[in-house]
Amino acid sequence: MSKQTTPDSLTARRILPWVLPVLLIVIWELSARIGWLSSRVLPEPASIFKSGWELLRSGELHHHVLVSTRRALTGLAIGGSAGLLLGLATGTFRRVEAVLDTTLQMIRNVPPLALIPLIILWFGIDETAKIFIVALGVFFPLYLNTYHGIRSVDPALIEMAKSYGVTGWRLYRDVIFPGALASILVGLRFSLGLMWVLLIVSETISATEGIGYMTMNAREFLRTDIVLVGILLYALLGKLADVLARGLERFWLRWNPNYASA
Amino acid sequence: MQINPEENSAVASSASVGNSVSSFGIALSVRDVHKRYGEREVLKGISLDIRPGEFVAIVGRSGCGKSTLLRLVAGLESGQEGELLYDGSASGGRSNDRHDTRIMFQDSRLLPWKRVGDNVALGLPPHEYINAEFVLGQVGLRERRLEWPARLSGGQRQRVALARALVHKPRLLLLDEPLGALDALTRIEMHALIESLWRESGFTALLVTHDVGEAIALADRVVLIDEGRITLDERIDLPRPRNRGHAAFAALEEKVLRRVLQQPPNESEPDDHPGDVSLHRTVDQVRWAV
Repeated sequence: MSKQTTPDSLTARRILPWVLPVLLIVIWELSARIGWLSSRVLPEPASIFKSGWELLRSGELHHHVLVSTRRALTGLAIGGSAGLLLGLATGTFRRVEAVLDTTLQMIRNVPPLALIPLIILWFGIDETAKIFIVALGVFFPLYLNTYHGIRSVDPALIEMAKSYGVTGWRLYRDVIFPGALASILVGLRFSLGLMWVLLIVSETISATEGIGYMTMNAREFLRTDIVLVGILLYALLGKLADVLARGLERFWLRWNPNYASA
Repeated sequence: MQINPEENSAVASSASVGNSVSSFGIALSVRDVHKRYGEREVLKGISLDIRPGEFVAIVGRSGCGKSTLLRLVAGLESGQEGELLYDGSASGGRSNDRHDTRIMFQDSRLLPWKRVGDNVALGLPPHEYINAEFVLGQVGLRERRLEWPARLSGGQRQRVALARALVHKPRLLLLDEPLGALDALTRIEMHALIESLWRESGFTALLVTHDVGEAIALADRVVLIDEGRITLDERIDLPRPRNRGHAAFAALEEKVLRRVLQQPPNESEPDDHPGDVSLHRTVDQVRWAV
């Protein structure tokens, strides 16, 4: 079935994934109009899009999305690069692994959200706390997958490269890092997913701007439609991050038949 | 290098006699080498002298120690007793420093994330990258230089691996069952290619194989190792290129095979081959079943 490449099956494959979501929205819209669904519980899709459009026109949406995205990316940059660098270090040097890995594995088992009270005590409720939670959360997927990736580089390739006079930094650049890249990118995708989850939680706790603030504020005024706009925004941003990560995979791992674009 | 056609033909004609004496290849001396892994002694006193430019094949059953010997010569293993002399000096054992020795493995070990041309250029200084293209041409894959290794067939990958070894102009080429995983037809093509490049370049070649026919087709000398000892050292004086259908060829093959078969199989011995062990075993078992 999947081997067929006739135009018919191609369009079918493109359209098929969207049939169910579109159907659900249609049913949702209809039941809201008929009156089965109270607009307090679930407003009709049309009114959600209308509120979304108004927020967009007033520039409010733009502002909140920008603030949230900045927090998410700052947290990712800090936590992600720390995870990558430490993963590279523990994967490469036995000595560093001996010193660091046990400690990191212990910390890993503490859910970042369990640290929220402590983080509030340390940093208060301003930007630093939110960025810290995100950074802490995205650190571990990248750390673990980088470490694992470095360790699972085929030793036969390393032996070959060394016997061909490739050592030191060149061995790292030509053999070890590219060999670990697939695993590192898996870590990045996990991190991106966690990044939004942690940001949502930290923004709902306390914030004066951002998507989380927007939805919490809307809740106060019983604006279920705006709450839903916020939820949809998170879904959209999460999907966008995933698409970007897949794009990176498709480019960097294009040598691998499993990732090459069809 | 080997571009000069007159030089090539001179080397080729001297090699074709069978007793090539090339000043380019390395003279390799193995003196009473022992190697053990824990309790098990894999090599029990191997002595072997290989002249510059000579093509020597080592045959034997799985686990007889032939791959271990090759890896010692390549400097990929150490901790042996005895001496390894390269042109009379004991500079071996430090794999990173032996720029004149290159090894070709059973699995091609191409870097999958580098294009074919970049794989061949691995470890070359930038100003010699152009040579990679030239050597790729020698193995007939010049037009595939921008391809990813995953898109090549097994035989093509081994040709790339051969090019990658030869681009360094090695004076000693070590071949660790490089054709073991290939089909019979591709193997015969590879024999011709390896032989012609050896005759052109004049390097010393040491081939480990369990295919007696392959050993006789390529080598000046066939050495049989059994349970860590050399039990046969047979000179092959057939004219090149060798014809497998020839009676003398068949007689030699028969003779060596019979010597191999005299020894009891040592199936319980762990395989000392570091590569694809399952594949290696399968090929081996099929061969002995036939």
